[in-house]
Amino acid sequence: MNHSQWDWNVGKKAIADLSQWQNAFEWVEEPYASPDGEMLAAIVKTGDSEFSVCENGGLWENYFDKIWYLRFGPDNSTVALVSQDSMWTVAVGGQPWENRYDFVWDTRFSKNGKHIIVAAVSENKYFAVTDGAAWEQAYSFLTNLTVSDDGNNTAAVVQSIPFNSGDIFKFQQGCYTAAVNGETWDNNFLNVWEMNFSPDGRHLAAEARRTLFDYTIVVDGRPWDNNFSSVWKPQFNPADGSVTAPVREPGGWALARNGEIIWDERFLQLWHHQYSADGKNIAAIVAPEYGQRTIAVNGKPWSLTFNNLVTDLVISPDGNRVACSARAARKWLIAADGKRWDETFDMAWAPVFSPDSRHIAAKVEKNGRFFIFIDGKPLKIDFTAAWAPVFSPDSDKLLVKGIGGENEGQYCRYVFKLSALLV
Amino acid sequence: MTKRSVQNISTIPDEGIDKGAQRLTPDQVSRVIRRHLEEEGGARLKVYTETCVHCGLCSDACHFYLSHDHDPKFSPAGKVKQTLDKIIRKKGRVSIDFIKKTAEIAFTECNLCRRCVMYCPFGIDVAYLMLFLRRICHKLGVVPQYIQDTAHSHAATMNQMWVKDDEWIDTLHWQEDEARDEIPDLRIPLEKQGADIFYSVIGPEPKFRAQMIYQAAVIMNAAGMDWTMPATPGWDNSDMCMYTGDEEMVARLKKVHFETAMRLKTKRIVMGECGHAYRSVHDVGNRHLGWKMSPLPVMHAIEFYYELFKDRKLKVNQKYDAPVTLHDPCNVVRGGGLHEMARYVINETCSRFVEMHPNREHNYCCGAGGGVINCGPPYTNKRVVSNRVKADQLADAKARGAKTIIAPCHNCFGGLEDIVKHYGLGMEIKFLGDVIYECMDKE
Amino acid sequence: MVGVAFTVFLAGSFFRLISMWRLAKKKDGLIFSYISIFFALRSIVHWILPFAGVSMRKHPAMTIVAFLFHVCLFAVPIFLSAHVILFKESWDISWWRLPDMAAEIMSWSVIGSCLFFLGRRIFLPEVRYLTSLSDYLILAAVAVPFISGLWSYHQWAAFQVVMIVHIISGEIMLMIIPFTRLSHMLFFPFTRGYMGSEFGAVRHAKDW
Ligand code: SF4
Ligand code: SF4
Repeated sequence: MNHSQWDWNVGKKAIADLSQWQNAFEWVEEPYASPDGEMLAAIVKTGDSEFSVCENGGLWENYFDKIWYLRFGPDNSTVALVSQDSMWTVAVGGQPWENRYDFVWDTRFSKNGKHIIVAAVSENKYFAVTDGAAWEQAYSFLTNLTVSDDGNNTAAVVQSIPFNSGDIFKFQQGCYTAAVNGETWDNNFLNVWEMNFSPDGRHLAAEARRTLFDYTIVVDGRPWDNNFSSVWKPQFNPADGSVTAPVREPGGWALARNGEIIWDERFLQLWHHQYSADGKNIAAIVAPEYGQRTIAVNGKPWSLTFNNLVTDLVISPDGNRVACSARAARKWLIAADGKRWDETFDMAWAPVFSPDSRHIAAKVEKNGRFFIFIDGKPLKIDFTAAWAPVFSPDSDKLLVKGIGGENEGQYCRYVFKLSALLV
Repeated sequence: MTKRSVQNISTIPDEGIDKGAQRLTPDQVSRVIRRHLEEEGGARLKVYTETCVHCGLCSDACHFYLSHDHDPKFSPAGKVKQTLDKIIRKKGRVSIDFIKKTAEIAFTECNLCRRCVMYCPFGIDVAYLMLFLRRICHKLGVVPQYIQDTAHSHAATMNQMWVKDDEWIDTLHWQEDEARDEIPDLRIPLEKQGADIFYSVIGPEPKFRAQMIYQAAVIMNAAGMDWTMPATPGWDNSDMCMYTGDEEMVARLKKVHFETAMRLKTKRIVMGECGHAYRSVHDVGNRHLGWKMSPLPVMHAIEFYYELFKDRKLKVNQKYDAPVTLHDPCNVVRGGGLHEMARYVINETCSRFVEMHPNREHNYCCGAGGGVINCGPPYTNKRVVSNRVKADQLADAKARGAKTIIAPCHNCFGGLEDIVKHYGLGMEIKFLGDVIYECMDKE
Repeated sequence: MVGVAFTVFLAGSFFRLISMWRLAKKKDGLIFSYISIFFALRSIVHWILPFAGVSMRKHPAMTIVAFLFHVCLFAVPIFLSAHVILFKESWDISWWRLPDMAAEIMSWSVIGSCLFFLGRRIFLPEVRYLTSLSDYLILAAVAVPFISGLWSYHQWAAFQVVMIVHIISGEIMLMIIPFTRLSHMLFFPFTRGYMGSEFGAVRHAKDW
């Protein structure tokens, strides 16, 4: 994703008028804005069982019987899952892939948006498809599609050994594994769940269960030597490629590397651990005591805790700051580095760090209106719908995308200078 | 007296129990149990088992006891005596046959309905003790086949019914299509981030009762709700692992469920008419994840319908005319206090209401709950025979005019269906949603 | 000797409660966060008022006998004038005393209640099924001090010997409270309070 080519000129651009669309079409589904904010798109009904996508007021040139899961790729392309004559495929900017399938779902993008991956089924056989090219092998069951950052490698949990319905003993021998680019691992497990590719896409680590009670992490098909009573999703250290995962020990949850515990602290819960880009810091969502959630950095929990939940953990680009959204006493809020913003919300979205790690912006909702907050203060404009704000590469400006900021139904993209916002 | 407990060892053949037990050695049994007692036998276990004064007052609470002509083997404390008491006394050195019998009692002779808690002066939670036994059985690998299979389904697919990822989405598309014949602009919005409501259902809805999703969509549509359903695993709120004793899987299932809500940025989870799922999401699963209460607001359909009528979001064209009676599901009434809301909704939608007796917190369990119906066909007959009091209770309501039973819970619905059939009661059973759908103004 | 009995009873009770509390902290830690004083008391009150709950209304005889029994069981040993005098003599502390007539009636009530409980254990199948030898022994342990007390009071045959039986059995009863099912006396507020809290605060339902 190269943001530097986006239009960073300060000011407002009116892009589309949603109320016009609503008059023009029988129905307009919830709209999506492109990452660069230059485009608004929505699935619209154009006739009897006939659908298309409206982009900035213009329709795709193709119509479909059904369309669902419209999303923008990181490269600002519109991608949706479309059906014609009961066959499904992916349409990019309105152009369907040549190959069609019985069904497709779970659209994924490579980080740069160059590759699009979906899960697909044809004649009861399941596989992954990248840019229209399917795995060579297909399976009777597939879930948990996982894609490497560059989009060149895909993996999924598949059923590798058939068993009759109700055959609990066969199941307990292990009938599932992971398939990487279509090829299964040699080992089978009772279950394989969430997985992660290494940053270079060459290795795959997964949560797995070896017996009904023995959980472990499997890396490239090889389980760790130690079993645990439970585990959560593993991560690769971007610096040295080692694999870490939260594991449950008799004394509580701990973080383990290659099967050995590396944090002294034990938590009532520990999950969603994340590495800073340099691999030096690890942040995780933890429960330091029953009923409380917070963030721990390298095992040290914040003293501030939240009694409902913590989610959307984000680490700053420089790796030194951590932010999250949280819910406490029934209200949503944003917190960073152990301190929370004063204001509470009806909903808060994942906070966004500026590239220089100095600022945090977030989309939030209050009383049915959407606001953009930066470093705890609201922008003076509020919306009927809004998207996550984006900082310019030089951390100098903020891109804000919203509908109904000034005129009802009008979608605009705004670029603000931070210095003007942070007075 | 204790002789009776070793009679009829494993009276009902069950592959899960029988073959599971074949894999065991007596040594393993005592080792696993001892370890389990040490690791998980806490103060509740100790106080409950040591405080019980053997007064028998809990007997009257249990529909098994009442239905089996007051056979003390089926009383709550009687079930504990036959199983857990001995296990503790012998520190786990019990025979494999004993384990089989224990599994049968713990899995099929207690609905975990907690009615006995309201009859025991000390509030001894026999359901907790039976769950403790089920967890031992889980650790020993001696679990009835059918329910173990659902637990496997949960583990493999994150839903109860082996529904594959695409089948789920396809069902929603299909129901949306069907509903559009009736209401042309109706949507089942998939993956709509930021919607107010994440509507979640149990696995059997897409599998067997897809029209319930249709009805829910019609209700959401008419009430003008901002709602969504996920196109990923996590849509299923049910939880048979809670009943097989696989607590690690309970945690995993509820994590997926709650995190789906978080990912969709919905403000609350509204659940379909299911009792055990409500127990899992609102009371049990959150605990296994270290949350005191559910991290996000969770509403059972009864509460949701109540809100819709209270806020005048739904209008009734013509009230349901046949006299109805209400079965208060244990998990939402004794487990959630939703009984008055259910009556409010019935009052809004039905013209004649006949109470069954006992009712509210004191209602008898349907006999299907606690995973008992999920133990499958081998136990169907035992299950309905073991709930004769329910049949009597229904017959009494029928004698006072009731024609339709409203059962706002999938398990209860299934359990009552079997009872109505077995005892030839000739009553119709409906979900609250069925009634609302029938009478509502759909515009 | 009386001092020993009291010490064992008090220390034993204290020990049982503390060790249970520690066990709970260690293995059932989460229960503490669900305790709600309001709902705990709400439940306890409903279970110590006769006929406040459905279960009690269903068993009126049991309810009456159980309440009578528990009241007398506590009141007689504490307020019996002979006991109060002994306390006065030994430790120079004293309090209100029961008229002897009342104490006698109450003692007979305890014995009668024990016979009622015995009858339940023998004649009610659901109770008989649960009953083991220890339940009879405990019942005896409670009844004997009262029988022997009345015996001595009336100076029936060999009352001096019976007096010794009375003292020893009374002390035994006191001492075994913490270590047998009689400990339900100690744990009642906690089990009931916990259930009341779970039912009230989490499940929004009654538990009586
Ligand atoms: S929980 Fe219900 S089914 Fe189980 S013993 Fe108690 S009353 Fe009977
Ligand atoms: S009512 Fe309570 S104390 Fe009495 S036998 Fe039943 S569980 Fe034990």
